[in-house]
Amino acid sequence: MGGKFLFDGRPVPFEEGQTILEAARAAGHYIPHLCWHPDFPPHGSCKLCVVKVGGRHVSSCALPARDGMEVESNTPEINGERRALLQMLFVEGNHFCPSCEKSGNCQLQALAYELDMSSARFAHFYPDRPVDASHPDVLLDFNRCIFCELCVRASRDVDHKGVFALTGRGIRKHLVVNAESGRLADTDFAVSDRAADICPVGVILRKRVGFAVPIGERKYDEAAISSVAMEKGE
Amino acid sequence: MSDSMSLSRVRVATTSLAGCFGCHMSFLDMDERLLELAKVVEFDRSPLTDIKHCGPCDIGLIEGGVCNAENVHVLREFRRNCKTLVAVGACAINGGLPAQRNHLDLGDCLQQVYVKRDGVEEGGVPDDPELPLLLDRVHPIHEVVRVDYFIPGCPPSGDAIWKFLTDLIGGRTPRLPHPLLRFD
Ligand code: SF4
Ligand code: SF4
Ligand code: FES
Repeated sequence: MGGKFLFDGRPVPFEEGQTILEAARAAGHYIPHLCWHPDFPPHGSCKLCVVKVGGRHVSSCALPARDGMEVESNTPEINGERRALLQMLFVEGNHFCPSCEKSGNCQLQALAYELDMSSARFAHFYPDRPVDASHPDVLLDFNRCIFCELCVRASRDVDHKGVFALTGRGIRKHLVVNAESGRLADTDFAVSDRAADICPVGVILRKRVGFAVPIGERKYDEAAISSVAMEKGE
Repeated sequence: MSDSMSLSRVRVATTSLAGCFGCHMSFLDMDERLLELAKVVEFDRSPLTDIKHCGPCDIGLIEGGVCNAENVHVLREFRRNCKTLVAVGACAINGGLPAQRNHLDLGDCLQQVYVKRDGVEEGGVPDDPELPLLLDRVHPIHEVVRVDYFIPGCPPSGDAIWKFLTDLIGGRTPRLPHPLLRFD
C-alpha cells in the first residue's frame, strides 16, 4: 500500500497503483511526455517519459511506482535519449514550424526547446500525405502526426464516434479517417468533439483561427513546457 | 587596423544557398553590436563583401538549404575552408519551407512556372548551361557536408546569433537558452 521512491535523489510519496509519472507530477516534478494525457490511460508510444530505474530504461507513464525505487529522470543520459527520440519524430514528419499554425502552441516543438534540440540531425523522410480540408471547420495535415493516438482515444472513448485510427506497419504507419471515402467531411466529426482539441501537434487544426495569437503570447513563448504543463495540469 | 591586429582577428565567411537572405538580415539585426563584432572579426567571402571565393576561415555561416548544383559546390568550398561550419536558420537545418517542394515532381514544377503559367509567352524551361541545374529535392546542408553547429529559427533572432557567436568566439560551447531557441 503506497510508499516512497527516490526521484532524482528526492523522496516522492505514492499511492498504490500510481505510475511513476503520476506520483512524480503530484509531487511537483515534471517528466516530459507526448502521448500521455491526464484524462486518458497510458499509451506508451512516444517514450519521451523514459526514466532509469535499477539500470533499465522504462516508460514512467506505464510503470507503477514501487517502494524504495531509485528513479533517474533529469540526467544528461536520459535527456540525451529523449532528444534522440524527438529528433526521430521530427525527421519522420514534415515539421516545417515556420509555416505551421501550431507553432508556439505545440508540445513536440516545446519539448525540443526544453531539451536543447538545435537540429534533427538525421536524414529527413519528407512524407507525402495530402491534407484533408474537406470538413467545414477542421483540416488535417497528416504529415505532422506523431502517432500518439490521443485523437483516436478521445474520439472512440469520449465522443463515442471512432473517427480516427492508425493503420499500416512500421514507417508506413499513418493516421486515417474512418470513412469509406477517407475524408473527414464524410464522418460525424464535429468541432465541439473532444478529439478536435486533443492533438499535441499540428495535425488537427481548426479552420479560420490560424495565426490569431500574437508571437510572444502563445502557450510556450514565455515559459518552457516544463512549467506550463505543471501549471495547467497537462 | 594594423596587420598584426587583423591577423589575430577571427575570420568569418557567410553565404546564402537556397536561402531568402533573411538570416543575413537577422545577422544585421545585431545592430550596433556589429561594431563590437567588427573589432574581433574579419569577413572573408560573404554577400556583404566582394570576395569571390572562400579562403581559410575560422567560422563559416551557411544560410539556406541545398537546392541546386551550385549550392553543392559553394557548400563544399565552405566546408573545405572553414574550421567550424554553422547551419544558420531553418532552411540550412531541415530544408525549410523550400523543402515543401520535395513531394512534387521537379519537371512538373518547371513546366508549371515556365510553360503553363498564364501570361507566359514563348515559354520554355531555361536550359542554358550557365544556369545551375536544380536537384530533385531540397536538402538540409548536413546531408551534404559535416556540420558543427546549428542555429535554429526562421530566421534566428539577432540576439540568438549574437549569443551564439560571442559564445563561440569566447571559447565557450555555444548554447541558446529559452526563449532564444526558436524554430519559427
Ligand atoms: S506540429 Fe509542432 S513541431 Fe511540427 S511543424 Fe507544427 S509547430 Fe513544428
Ligand atoms: S493526429 Fe495528433 S492526436 Fe492524433 S495520433 Fe496524430 S499526433 Fe496524436
Ligand atoms: S508519455 Fe510515456 S510513452 Fe509517451
